Amino acid sequence: MSVDAGFLIEALIKIIIVFHVVLIILAYTVLAERRVLAVIQNRLGPNRVGPFGLLQPFADLLKFIMKEELIPLAVNKYLYLLAPIVTLVPAFMVMIVYPFGPTVRLPYIGDVELYVTRLNIGLLFVFALTSLGVYGIVLAGWASNSKYSLLGGLRSSAQMVSYELSLSLSVIGAVMQAGSLDLVEIVHNQSGAWGMGWHLFWFQPIGFLVYLISAIAETNRVPFDLPEAETELVAGFHTEYSAMKFAMFFLAEYANMFTVSVIATVLFLGGWNGPFVEQVPWLGPLYFFAKVFFFLFLYIWLRATLPRFRYDQLMNFGWKCLLPVALLNIVISAAIGVFAL
Amino acid sequence: MEILFFLFATIAVVAALNVILQRNPIYCAIGLIVTLCSLAGLFLTLSAQFIAAIQIIVYAGAIMVLFVFTIMLLNVRSEEAKVDRQKFLRWLAVPLFLALLGEVYYVVRTVNNPPPQIPATGTAPPVEILGTVESIGREMFTSYLLPFEATSVLILMAIVGAMLLARREKASDVIQTQATTTEPEEEPVISGMGR
Repeated sequence: MSVDAGFLIEALIKIIIVFHVVLIILAYTVLAERRVLAVIQNRLGPNRVGPFGLLQPFADLLKFIMKEELIPLAVNKYLYLLAPIVTLVPAFMVMIVYPFGPTVRLPYIGDVELYVTRLNIGLLFVFALTSLGVYGIVLAGWASNSKYSLLGGLRSSAQMVSYELSLSLSVIGAVMQAGSLDLVEIVHNQSGAWGMGWHLFWFQPIGFLVYLISAIAETNRVPFDLPEAETELVAGFHTEYSAMKFAMFFLAEYANMFTVSVIATVLFLGGWNGPFVEQVPWLGPLYFFAKVFFFLFLYIWLRATLPRFRYDQLMNFGWKCLLPVALLNIVISAAIGVFAL
Repeated sequence: MEILFFLFATIAVVAALNVILQRNPIYCAIGLIVTLCSLAGLFLTLSAQFIAAIQIIVYAGAIMVLFVFTIMLLNVRSEEAKVDRQKFLRWLAVPLFLALLGEVYYVVRTVNNPPPQIPATGTAPPVEILGTVESIGREMFTSYLLPFEATSVLILMAIVGAMLLARREKASDVIQTQATTTEPEEEPVISGMGR
């Protein structure tokens, strides 16, 4: 395809819009987590700053900016400063393949697709960038030159690498059904049939469960968050980080959560599909965000409800239980695809 | 497209130099990761999208993570600059390196290097499906099925070999030797911890 000025300007505008929209969603996800966690625990969350606490993310941002930037003396300075960058940049780079909605018609501009770009290997691109995100944690743990950080970093990255396997295997069933790794194509494959065409119902329930569990382990969230648990390792790999560097790790964790929710929506819940989306294309992003917010709420709900796994239980589960189930899912999906369809 | 090649190639060469010239092994590992990622970029300029993505997922994202784990867990220290024991090697190394450079130059200049062409037997696939997952998958499971299966057996052998070499003593071996040597010992010091 030709790379001309029009293409570049359109891509730039889309990137700016997507980046800011997702950044605001992430900031309010932090607030939502605190409020929802609080309500489940029978108390109120932060509700002082602004109406219903809705300005809390800005207060947090201000705090992070104003706080003193500490660099402990004993750290390896280059790697210490590199680690948050290596964690945050891949987490945000993934956004260019999110399919937010179908093609809409804007008044003066014409037809606009609601995704920044459409890659042939869209899903592989997402997995490649999440694999690169592991380095930030490893480097942070090592460069901090402290016992808690090193242990937390090693545990966290070992867990992420182990669950990446079952993550990648669990989506193969959905990819086989859609016949493509292109996220837009996968969404198109689940259209129609009043929601029964979604991969969740159209024979990928096991894949969905394995994906969800692996993804929660991949993002280091409860019940798999031993590497970050306060009672175990002070704060794990980001113990020695303060102010904006910690905010970058924090933001990267929520960005990973968002990525996982988007991929779950696209692969298993039909993406932007829903009632009347062909006639009214602007309903597409609405359905998309509704489903993504459902997954984010699920993350928060799980955090409020479940205790955490011990580290050896966690690794056992990932290797001895999830990996065989994911492989079994591939075999079953292939068998159904070949014999029953 | 030329500028992309030169950009990725420069980054790859600089990072590779980093790998061999840095003293701290973690910096070497990071240099290797950057080299692998720029190689993935070079693959992309050649329309090999699948290979580029797999390069990052497998090589830079899994194998190098294990390298970094090993360096961290074994606490490999930085190398100090050592005194050269055998000085004559220095006089041997430089001419041999120049000879290697000359050979590379000769090969690059004289061998005909057209851009990758699809052989003209039958219909040539258009560039859009050149490096896609579908075309690679189709070839891998039809024309190249035997190498694919042989590679999987090879990997299985490597896994079994590694497990065999790295396993600890089995519990039955330990109990056997204990049974023959601890017979005369009675009365464990702390009761309740007897086995």
